[in-house]
Amino acid sequence: MATETSLPLEYSTKQNEMNILGFWIFLGAEIVLFSTLFAGYFVLEGNTANGPAGHEIFIFKDVMIQTFLLLTSSFTCSLAIYQMRNNNVKGLITWLVVTMALGLGFLYMEINEFIHYVHEGATLQTSGFLSSFFTLLGTHGLHVTLGLGWATLLIIQIARRGITPVTARKTFIISLYWHFLDVVWIFIFTFVYLRGLVM
Amino acid sequence: MEKTNKVFPGKLVIGFLLSIVMTVLAAWIALGTDFSKSVIMWMIGALAIFQAGVQLIMFMHINEGKSGMINTINIVYSVFIAAVIVAGSIWILTTGHAAH
Amino acid sequence: MSVDQILVTGDPLILASQIAILLTIIGAVVGITYFKKWRYLWEEWLTTVDHKKIGIMYILAGVAMFFRGGVDGLMMKAQTSRPNMEFLDAQHYDEVFTTHGIVMILFMAMPMLIGIMNVVLPLQIGARDVAFPKLNALSFWTFFVAAMLFNISFVIGGSPDAGWTSYFPLAGKEFTPGVGNNYYAIALQIAGIGTLATGINFIVTILKMRAPGMTLMKMPMFTWTSLVTSILIVAAFPILTVALAFMTMDRLFGAHFFTVAAGGDPMLWLNLFWLWGHPEVYIVVLPAFGMFSEVIATFSRKNLYGYKTMVASIVGIAFLSMLVWVHHFYTMGNSAAVNSVFSITTMMIAIPTGVKIFNWLFTMRKGRIKFTTSMLWSLAFIPCFTIGGVTGVMLAMAAADYQYHNTMFLVAHFHYVLIPGVVFAVFAGLYYWWPKMFGFTLNEKIGKWHFWLFVIGFNLTFMPMFFVGLDGMSRRMYTYSEGLGWEGWLGFSAAGSLIMAAGFAALCYNIYWSFRFASRDVGSDPWDARTLEWATASPVQHYNFAVVPKVDSLDPFWKMKKKGTFKLKKQDIKEIHMPSNSAIPILMGIAFGIVGFFLVFEWFTLAAIWSLGIIACLVANSFDYDDGYHVSAEEVEETERKWRGDL
Repeated sequence: MATETSLPLEYSTKQNEMNILGFWIFLGAEIVLFSTLFAGYFVLEGNTANGPAGHEIFIFKDVMIQTFLLLTSSFTCSLAIYQMRNNNVKGLITWLVVTMALGLGFLYMEINEFIHYVHEGATLQTSGFLSSFFTLLGTHGLHVTLGLGWATLLIIQIARRGITPVTARKTFIISLYWHFLDVVWIFIFTFVYLRGLVM
Repeated sequence: MEKTNKVFPGKLVIGFLLSIVMTVLAAWIALGTDFSKSVIMWMIGALAIFQAGVQLIMFMHINEGKSGMINTINIVYSVFIAAVIVAGSIWILTTGHAAH
Repeated sequence: MSVDQILVTGDPLILASQIAILLTIIGAVVGITYFKKWRYLWEEWLTTVDHKKIGIMYILAGVAMFFRGGVDGLMMKAQTSRPNMEFLDAQHYDEVFTTHGIVMILFMAMPMLIGIMNVVLPLQIGARDVAFPKLNALSFWTFFVAAMLFNISFVIGGSPDAGWTSYFPLAGKEFTPGVGNNYYAIALQIAGIGTLATGINFIVTILKMRAPGMTLMKMPMFTWTSLVTSILIVAAFPILTVALAFMTMDRLFGAHFFTVAAGGDPMLWLNLFWLWGHPEVYIVVLPAFGMFSEVIATFSRKNLYGYKTMVASIVGIAFLSMLVWVHHFYTMGNSAAVNSVFSITTMMIAIPTGVKIFNWLFTMRKGRIKFTTSMLWSLAFIPCFTIGGVTGVMLAMAAADYQYHNTMFLVAHFHYVLIPGVVFAVFAGLYYWWPKMFGFTLNEKIGKWHFWLFVIGFNLTFMPMFFVGLDGMSRRMYTYSEGLGWEGWLGFSAAGSLIMAAGFAALCYNIYWSFRFASRDVGSDPWDARTLEWATASPVQHYNFAVVPKVDSLDPFWKMKKKGTFKLKKQDIKEIHMPSNSAIPILMGIAFGIVGFFLVFEWFTLAAIWSLGIIACLVANSFDYDDGYHVSAEEVEETERKWRGDL
């Protein structure tokens, strides 16, 4: 069927195609960036100096909630794209707002978590382990924050202009970004929290 | 303009369920079983990689568009570089001078 | 902080520089105002998104930085020319060798190469611009602002002084409490962002914007090397970003990544720095290889020998370059297994590099070689670079490296790699593509003065360093006592550096002379060249090609000339779509610079306030729906007539 081979609106112009490819390559750079942060974390992980180790401060329940918030937001973000491809502006905006709400929830939990650690005496300055922990998690959190701001701008543009090749491309690109942040979180969940709790 | 006309986005729901199941499974393996640490890390590490694959294929549509092949090569190459950085750094910095 | 704590005072050399900088700024502002050039400057250059103009700005900045880095080099040579010399003190000498390294690699070699890539690459593949013109402008402005930020360090606050590698714990707050090394962390971070964007931009440009028919294996060699370099940039620069972020956290926020206390690991810095730093060597050397390939093929009047093996060896070099970084710190006390593995990967790089040397030699074999200045640079490159390469294999052997490590032998080695590999290439490229940029060639006679002075000076300067290195002189020594047997070598070396400087002066004079007196009547193809950039006017029209050429083989322009198909048909001319200028890149660059400056001085509130400026630019850009403009077919026809004659 012709409709199966034809591509969605976000690929409809050459510039769009290039922007999407460029963003994938940027995600390649982000993989390298986060893997370097992980490398620093793994090297310094055991160097707790006189500060606490991971299993002494991590709270399993909160981590699980954060994980579910982000996993669900990744799913709702894919629903937003699904609605966009059905040319449903209202559905698109609704799911984007849900995604952002879940993202905000995640961010709220993470900030609380950090405040909690600082109260426990676990700060950036405490040890090599905590420096690398806060920097890795902070970089991810900063990405989420930027994503929320970016999505806000985009919702305004979609509300004003509807689904055009340009807004569709922008929305698709931010969805890539959002799913990518979820992937990074899965690795943080596994290799920082679960690993820390097992040790 | 593609109109799928599907009411229910089945693929996405399956992807979501898979990621939830794998997350819970990883948490259970880590905290609810008594495998050795290294076995646990291998198992939950593999689950994380599977989950990343689910996101890439089901949610991010990596194969879509004219550049699907380039996207895939790009991600595979980046993952290779990531492995070099992580494994290399650990190997270099924890086996030599630090091991004395 | 009061003003006298911010400005560096008390040194006559620096006072003179401060006055010179002030006078230059005043002179520039007055000059531009007097000649009423502000509008021209703003509209034609500062807000441009045209890859050719951006390229020219990169090259200009690169030449200026070459001067700065060169003066640093001369100062070092002067200081070590005699034993117990008292020209610079230890602190000043530390600052000078640090800034020399950073300026030469990041603010000279990179912009020169990226500048030439910018000018040439879209033309070589038959494109109208790069994939993301506005992002390209942002890349330039972040680089430029970072370079300026880095350069003001020696008059405001103090220069970084822990070496261009900034090894910890020396580069940590404990041992270098001043702001100097903050400049290092922040300025390089800003420059790195721009470079990463350039890498992404060029990859997409090359993959998506080639002329119809130009498959990957029909791309010119310079395009190939640019593609592979861009891939390396994307793979390596995020590592630098993180390493510098760790450094910033340590220096500004008291974290413990690299400190000795509280569980930091100084060797983690070395590991991350060289994970980026080694690929960086290939990032600057590969495009240079591409330039030599173009120049040698053109002036041998033959196609490049062994095109496929050349491509394979470039890809091989790029692959291996990510796997060799430990050879920069064999002596840290790794296990024997680590050193052995990295010793082997390092030596393996010599194989594809050797292949390329033979390819160039065979390209020249039986060719009718024209000894133009750019060809001379390419010819001089081969033996000089081979010396650098062979000494590199010596250094690659971990056991032997314990003897050479951190000696002048190493310094001589990497200058023998980087000067022939990058500087000679940039000179070859400038002489070769100059007419494409400006519509006239540089003077060949002055060019030959430039060439001979520079090459002779280069060898005189750096050859002696091998021998003092083997005699035990370690690098970064600011003075030495008499009777070590080094005086002769180092005096010789200092004299050589003056000859090299004379060569650079000859280049500057050549640029000046040619701007004033060179013939403007050199046509669009003065070298009888082979690739698409010569299939359009010189200087190039802003839309590059009236009609995008069709390609069916390597060296497409050569084929067109032979077949006589290089003719524009009037009916083929259509309206052309071009991107609009934008002020966002320069404004965002400036905002980055201001935030960076405040971060250097750890004035966090001001930095936070000004980072709103960066965000404002991002928001403005998001709402910018400008879709460019169209050049009418009549206007294109008119422009084409001017250089082609009747259509």
